[in-house]
Amino acid sequence: MKRVYVDEKWCLGCHLCEYYCAFANSGKSSMIKALKDRKINPRIRIEGDNRISFAVSCRHCTDPICVKSCIAGALSIRDGVVCINQDKCVGCHTCVLVCPYGALMPSDDGVMQKCELCIENAGGKPACVQGCPNKAIIFEERA
Amino acid sequence: MAKYVIIGNSTAAIGCVEGIRSVDTDGEIVLVASEKYHTYSRPLISYLLEGKTDLERMKYRPDSFYAEQHVTTKLGVRATAIDPTAKTVALENGEILPYERLLVATGSTPFIPPMQGLETVEKAFTFMSLDDAKALEAALTPESRVLIIGAGLIGLKCAEGIEDRVRSITVVDMADRVLPSILDETGSGIVRAHLEKHGLTFYLNDTVAQFAGNHATLQSGATLDFDVLVIAVGVRPATALVREAGGEVRRGIVADDTGKTTLPDVYAAGDCAESFDISCGMNRVLALLPNAYMQGYTAGVCMAGGQAHFDQAIPMNAIGFMGLHILTAGTYDGETYCEKEGENYKILFYKDDLLKGYILIGDVARAGIYTALIRNRTPLSSIDFALICKKPQLMAFTAKARHDLLSTKQ
Repeated sequence: MKRVYVDEKWCLGCHLCEYYCAFANSGKSSMIKALKDRKINPRIRIEGDNRISFAVSCRHCTDPICVKSCIAGALSIRDGVVCINQDKCVGCHTCVLVCPYGALMPSDDGVMQKCELCIENAGGKPACVQGCPNKAIIFEERA
Repeated sequence: MAKYVIIGNSTAAIGCVEGIRSVDTDGEIVLVASEKYHTYSRPLISYLLEGKTDLERMKYRPDSFYAEQHVTTKLGVRATAIDPTAKTVALENGEILPYERLLVATGSTPFIPPMQGLETVEKAFTFMSLDDAKALEAALTPESRVLIIGAGLIGLKCAEGIEDRVRSITVVDMADRVLPSILDETGSGIVRAHLEKHGLTFYLNDTVAQFAGNHATLQSGATLDFDVLVIAVGVRPATALVREAGGEVRRGIVADDTGKTTLPDVYAAGDCAESFDISCGMNRVLALLPNAYMQGYTAGVCMAGGQAHFDQAIPMNAIGFMGLHILTAGTYDGETYCEKEGENYKILFYKDDLLKGYILIGDVARAGIYTALIRNRTPLSSIDFALICKKPQLMAFTAKARHDLLSTKQ
């Protein structure tokens, strides 16, 4: 299965992936409508300092501890993609407690959100990957 | 003969079904449970009363689950005895179920301490099952004055669930602080103040000396009038089936890291069983949903002849009250690193080059990075300790470790 991989050697720390993510998940038709004057709450986040930076989003683990730990049965694996049913989520933060990557966070509604590889929106390629100007975020199959 | 019999229908039982099916796609599974409901999430009963979920959404697995997993269910029927020699389970309806492998996932039951005059209280409830929640809900009115005995996880979650729909909530606990099982004094003080801001009244270091109808006299001499009583002092592992069958039971059913009990072909998982807590090096009952699932899943894999070990168990809790989130994990032992600002609180416990435990209140973002350090027993000397103290972050790891985490398949 194709997953998102990042290489800190190529990351410029420009945060564009965060903006593309927030736009792709906004359901809005234009980037301006989606992002202007708003504090974005993306599912991919840049970490780092002036020297090193890298993007972190859900790794779509083959044995995901978040799915095993979710108290509401809101997280599940669909064709390899770790998905969240926000309708079932109660915002208890157990997934935040267990995810070793820190890749789940509250949405603006209080229930959790996570990267779902843009399967529900962009189609084909995750928006962060398409928007990365330096190919530091790659979408491919690795063994 | 059913290949697998499972007693229980909550987290550990469902984990077991999924564990079995990861190895054996068609061996017959029979699941027996005393509750009549489709599998639902126990910890969601407070969210149900709060209106954050409903009976449909709180189902732990979809309606199609049993059919898709080829599980035959016997719901609303209690298992009464295990015969480990004949390898059968007796049910209260007289049925005898033979098994090749058995999982006991009987959970726990609310503990009701002896309290004088308790029988005179008309509306007294425990808060553990869906039926408990439904019964409590039926008794509540906007005018109800609710008395909760127990300022632990269950009592306070119950308080949060009903806060908006009753007149008042008073909580009595013999401990000197709220959530004593998971919080230190400072953390406890923050949570208590937060709950008091939301209208809860506490009597700590105190117990009920006597009930007389809707009237309680406390040990301290204080007197309280109430309409509805909730008893939430704790739970006891439901170990009777295994004990009576001759299996070893300490606090909980003794099980190894594959879930095996001391009875042949009998496994146990979830709140009824002990597991080995790697953060303190002792066997304990870790009555927590993630542990129940993982222990149940492991048992399922092993029951079906696969290889699995549940060898990373630690206590860990995610709980929140009226917008204030609390995440805790591990054992509170060793040196500490501490930060406190308003309702935000962090304390890390470290010893022998390992993170042993932590408490986070308020800002809990990415806490799982801390949890993983405890579960994986990552040597602190292999990461940037100052950075990790500041906040949970992958920057604290070496470039090589980060490459493994972010550039390879997980």
